[in-house]
Amino acid sequence: MTPRRGNHQTGIHFMLGNHAVVEGALAAGCDFFAGYPITPANEISQHMAQRMPREGGVFFQGEDELCSIFALSGASLCGAKAMTATASAGFNYMQEGIGYAVAAEIPMVIVNVMRCRGENYATQSDVMQFRWGASGDHAHIVLAPSSVQELFDYTIRAFNLAEKYRTPVMVMSETTIALMREKLVIPPPDRIETVTRKKPADPPSVFVPFKAAEDTAPPLPAFGEGYRILHSLNPHDENGAIAWSPDVFESLYRRITHKITAHYDAIVRTADFYLDDADIALVAYGSEARPARQAVRMAREKGIKAGVLKLDTVWPVPEKQLADLSRQVDCILAVEMNTGKYVNEIRRVCTGNCAVYPVTKNRGEIHTTAEIFRAVAEAKK
Amino acid sequence: MKTHPLWKYLRKDALPHFFCPGCGAAQVMNFFLQAADECGLDFDQLVAIGGVGCAARIPVYLNVEALHGVHGRTLAWATGIKLYKPELTVVVFAGDGDACAIGGNHLIHACRRNLNVVMIVVNNLTFGMTGGQAAPTTPKTMKSATTPYGNIEAPFDVCRLAQAAGATYVARWTTARPKRAKNALKDALNHKGFSLVEIITQCPTHFGRTALSTGNPVDGLDWIQSHSITQKRARKLPPHQLESTFVLGNFVNEKRPVFIGSSVV
Repeated sequence: MTPRRGNHQTGIHFMLGNHAVVEGALAAGCDFFAGYPITPANEISQHMAQRMPREGGVFFQGEDELCSIFALSGASLCGAKAMTATASAGFNYMQEGIGYAVAAEIPMVIVNVMRCRGENYATQSDVMQFRWGASGDHAHIVLAPSSVQELFDYTIRAFNLAEKYRTPVMVMSETTIALMREKLVIPPPDRIETVTRKKPADPPSVFVPFKAAEDTAPPLPAFGEGYRILHSLNPHDENGAIAWSPDVFESLYRRITHKITAHYDAIVRTADFYLDDADIALVAYGSEARPARQAVRMAREKGIKAGVLKLDTVWPVPEKQLADLSRQVDCILAVEMNTGKYVNEIRRVCTGNCAVYPVTKNRGEIHTTAEIFRAVAEAKK
Repeated sequence: MKTHPLWKYLRKDALPHFFCPGCGAAQVMNFFLQAADECGLDFDQLVAIGGVGCAARIPVYLNVEALHGVHGRTLAWATGIKLYKPELTVVVFAGDGDACAIGGNHLIHACRRNLNVVMIVVNNLTFGMTGGQAAPTTPKTMKSATTPYGNIEAPFDVCRLAQAAGATYVARWTTARPKRAKNALKDALNHKGFSLVEIITQCPTHFGRTALSTGNPVDGLDWIQSHSITQKRARKLPPHQLESTFVLGNFVNEKRPVFIGSSVV
């Protein structure tokens, strides 16, 4: 690879959400992008096509989503920080490559800009596809930005988590924020934390490629460094050899899922808004956190003690924060832009402690503040 | 004690291999290692890729960097590798299912781009590992697990497909012509650009028993040999006499710029 030119865009911008993803990726050290055209994610690949070659990295347009996602695997195993971007229908195809990256423990970042079936209207209907789309057992990390600034920040974080845990990490973008222009502050490079995967300390002759403590990922050398590792989807032992022993299978997937679930506190993040004295809570993720916050401001003006728990990480489910909240409030309203999906996760954690009601909208448009406020006022009766 | 000269290239903890007795895929592994040895290939800089299937297992037994286990995506992996680290040598071992069925789209685009990799299509004319179902390469009228009354579909000629799509080295040989097959693999390893070498192989377990009514690998080799004709001889025959015949030869050897990805002017 040619050396990176480090053309950082430090400063204050008025930027498109999709472009903020690109700048976040480059700030995180992304040097390989592959994608296939799909609206409303196109501005990501188009901006990447302009920016990436000048940064010394690779831009590649595959013949389909499958080619793109597997090209990421190949590049990542060569040492690249690799990313793709797609939208719901394309995300379907990519599940095959995401499942492989989980099993072979290959770091990569996938940005999915959720859209309504075949149309580019606002929705959060893929929230379950992020978690359950890939076949086989897995734990996933999925970040849910709600603004252009968070698209930038969370894309960087996605790379850092992917490198740290040797796993695909997903950014759950939406039509609402992807195609929105708003203020973005890009800090100077020395103020941006970046993580790079751990390389083996041992030479190839003694390195055991898939040996790691139960809740960690093993170091990952790059292709061509002499380690000669077999990376297979099939159950493999610590040496990487395909092995059909039930013990091998069980311990492999225990480690692959535990390396994420055991680090809950380092991975899962939420943000509180007026929750200190709240007796009614809105739980929202992504762009729906915005009207939810506005609705809480309205409620407070009317003397209703409402607050918002914003889920910055949707997977793993912020169970600790939700359980704490359920013991504090009388009622939780699950705000989402679909037919009511994540509400079932909230119910799983909170039922027994407080009431949980869905506040859904599945009309290709985001909730208005008034709509959410009405739900709060109704629940308060 | 003397060891086999190619033994050093194998991943010992992966052995014994899982190929059926008399399988042609194991012969292809042998041809490849002979070719790689004679070319003096640096095995530290070699990535071998297999998807899913019998031939896809070959990389599992090679002591190299290896990828395995997703059906049809071999060339997609290879594209990511060659764009990021072009100095690595990438060899894809694909069955006819990997190359012509599920991975067919990736194949024509890798040819079109002239991606600098070697693709060895181990064509046993069937889906062997899954139980002998019909493949896009199964000859017409042949019986298989999913064509019990005979195959009515026309088969792909993967060499003509690759040539039309822009591959710059294309050859077809068979396990009945081991020296020619090995030499074609050497040509492919020395070629800069997309190289496709198809090797027709016997599958005694499925294609042999179901289509040829014999599970004997020697009978399978005889059948392949009796249905093969060299390019030179084929030119003298009318096309209808070449149906259900494997035309053998080195068909394409051209120079064209290889795919290196995006660039800045």
